[in-house]
Amino acid sequence: MPLKHAEEYRDPALARRLAERIRQRSRRPVRLMEVCGTHTVSIFRSGLRSLLPDTITLLSGPGCPVCVTAQADIDAFVALAQTEGVIVTTFGDLMRVPGTRSNLLRERGRGRDVRIVYSAFDSLRIARENPDRQVVFLGVGFETTAPTVAATVQAAAQAGIANFSVYPAHKTVPPALQALLAMAEVAVDGFLLPGHVSVIIGTEAYRSVFDTHGVPGVVAGFEPADLLGAIAMLVEQIEENRPQLANAYPRAVCDQGNPKALALMKTLMRPVDAAWRGLGVIAGSGLELVEAFATFDARRRFVLELPEPQEPKGCACGQILTGARTPPQCPLFRTRCTPMDPVGPCMVSSEGTCAAYYRYHAD
Amino acid sequence: METHTVLLDHGAGGKLAHRLTTELMLPILDNPILAALHDGAVFDLPPGRLAFSTDSYTVTPLFFPGGSIGDLAVHGTVNDVAMCGARPIFLSLALIIEEGLPLADLERILRDAAAAAQRAEVAIVTGDTKVVPRGAVDRIFINTAGLGVIAEGVHIGGHRARVGDRVLLSGTIGDHGMTIMTQRRELGLDLPLQSDSAPLNHMVRRMLAASPRIGVLRDPTRGGLGTALCEIAEQSGVGIRIHEAAVPVRPAVAGACELLGFDPLYVANEGKLIAAVPPQDAPAVLAAMRSDPLGRDACEIGTVVADRPGRVTLTTRIGGERIVDMLAGEQLPRIC
Ligand code: SF4
Repeated sequence: MPLKHAEEYRDPALARRLAERIRQRSRRPVRLMEVCGTHTVSIFRSGLRSLLPDTITLLSGPGCPVCVTAQADIDAFVALAQTEGVIVTTFGDLMRVPGTRSNLLRERGRGRDVRIVYSAFDSLRIARENPDRQVVFLGVGFETTAPTVAATVQAAAQAGIANFSVYPAHKTVPPALQALLAMAEVAVDGFLLPGHVSVIIGTEAYRSVFDTHGVPGVVAGFEPADLLGAIAMLVEQIEENRPQLANAYPRAVCDQGNPKALALMKTLMRPVDAAWRGLGVIAGSGLELVEAFATFDARRRFVLELPEPQEPKGCACGQILTGARTPPQCPLFRTRCTPMDPVGPCMVSSEGTCAAYYRYHAD
Repeated sequence: METHTVLLDHGAGGKLAHRLTTELMLPILDNPILAALHDGAVFDLPPGRLAFSTDSYTVTPLFFPGGSIGDLAVHGTVNDVAMCGARPIFLSLALIIEEGLPLADLERILRDAAAAAQRAEVAIVTGDTKVVPRGAVDRIFINTAGLGVIAEGVHIGGHRARVGDRVLLSGTIGDHGMTIMTQRRELGLDLPLQSDSAPLNHMVRRMLAASPRIGVLRDPTRGGLGTALCEIAEQSGVGIRIHEAAVPVRPAVAGACELLGFDPLYVANEGKLIAAVPPQDAPAVLAAMRSDPLGRDACEIGTVVADRPGRVTLTTRIGGERIVDMLAGEQLPRIC
């Protein structure tokens, strides 16, 4: 990942010009949805909403990987942590997500071995260092994370590290968009498509979704000017009645994506139906390990006793994730539900919509 | 010493403990009050109101680019005292050591603490050592307390920000927190990060000489700049408006933050301060900050305002506006 900023895209003058262009072009009231947690954070952190005309409503969709993870999967993570001899390795923002009965942070407090890692490869190293323990990596994330996890499983297989496994809860974006568009209560006039995911899968991966629905979709980068540029393109397409799939992030995204990453995913993973919080089960929207690597699938390795999954009472995350409600419309927002004491996952993850509203949005 | 690690006996008050004190600690922390080895320090104080503060320190790793737990424990408390507008004079130093800590590490930590005290011109005049069984603490915990004297006419407090005050910041933010964060885990990142751990009392002295009317001083440690500003806004019942473009962040810190999904506004600092200063005095105080080696990048980042009392508002680089809230819970790295 490049550490250098895309400084020119942070240029305040460029952003102001784009905002002006949007203000001039926008006539019709439109609802635009981003489906990427990093977009959510960038939009809030840059105060971008305050530059847009009233005609434009920005919605956050199911773009935060932690938030869309189904309750049953969260319960399985907790159950894994409770399993004797298991070291659970996870990205940090899963720690506080409330399961039906407990969460990973609480389990760690009770003495269970739960470790935060930055990459699946860290997890593999931990497995190598602890040959007498079972090390499970919680595979949560979109097409951005899946290739690294695939590479890790491949490395584990090659090195014969048998005490390593992955709990596969990866999800893919295009089927979710398809499902969103099919939902009657979701009224979205255009999509900001996720930059990082698109680097991997390429613009063409969305083709079938956008060819069938007559809704515009524009791939966007992460700097404020990237986002404003993409919003300007969406607004122009809508005003001119020519919805299409377009790429406003060509410096990083190409039509066909990253062939190496895609090949890796294809070799080790296959699509499965997957349950999303808020969206239900979506056909072909998950990834699991193919048969040849199935021994690395934690679901096959461990018999877990799971509670009847119960989403947090009163939490509107499901509706937040589809844009049907905004966080201030949840009665628990800022009252019982805060980042310190989150009720639902959308308040837990730094990329969650409720957390972003809480941190950055004046009441 | 014959052994190479700290043993339980070292803290038991017997012969080993005595040798640890006389052979290792005293020569390093050399000063006459401590050398008297009384149960407590006995000293005279200059006239004036006193400021007294204590804090406990634990950090992983113990040694990191730019510092160690030894200097952190001195700087932290020196800075807390200095943020009361006081000149810190004396410190206490108490160690809780996990049995098995290499003596070489202990010696290095003590040397760092001694050097930090010397740099801050404070004396460590009393101390204590406990050794606890393996697992009871994580290698070493340090507590320090500090005593300082406040000059006549100086009144500093979180509730003293006034509408119109300028908000000054002494330098780049997030250096300490991101250094520790990237050291702790194997990120595979090779970034030129370094903790900013440093004593701020000399800078405070220069600032107060430029204007004794400074209302608020605060070092934005845990919780970062954002949280510190929110606390001031709340305690003073005022609004604070800051400009993102004015807040300096090193590129390596910004890069690491971006990668992990952190907001530098909430990342810890150990050698930075913010001040709320009456507008007519702001240029002189800023010049005083910049004349200090630790304040070369000092700048004005915003203003105390009447609207939205208790709230901090940020004008972003692109001219957008958003609120800055207190940090709620530790920032945890996101899925990337
Ligand atoms: S505010 Fe809390 S309870 Fe309400 S939807 Fe968001 S996460 Fe759920």
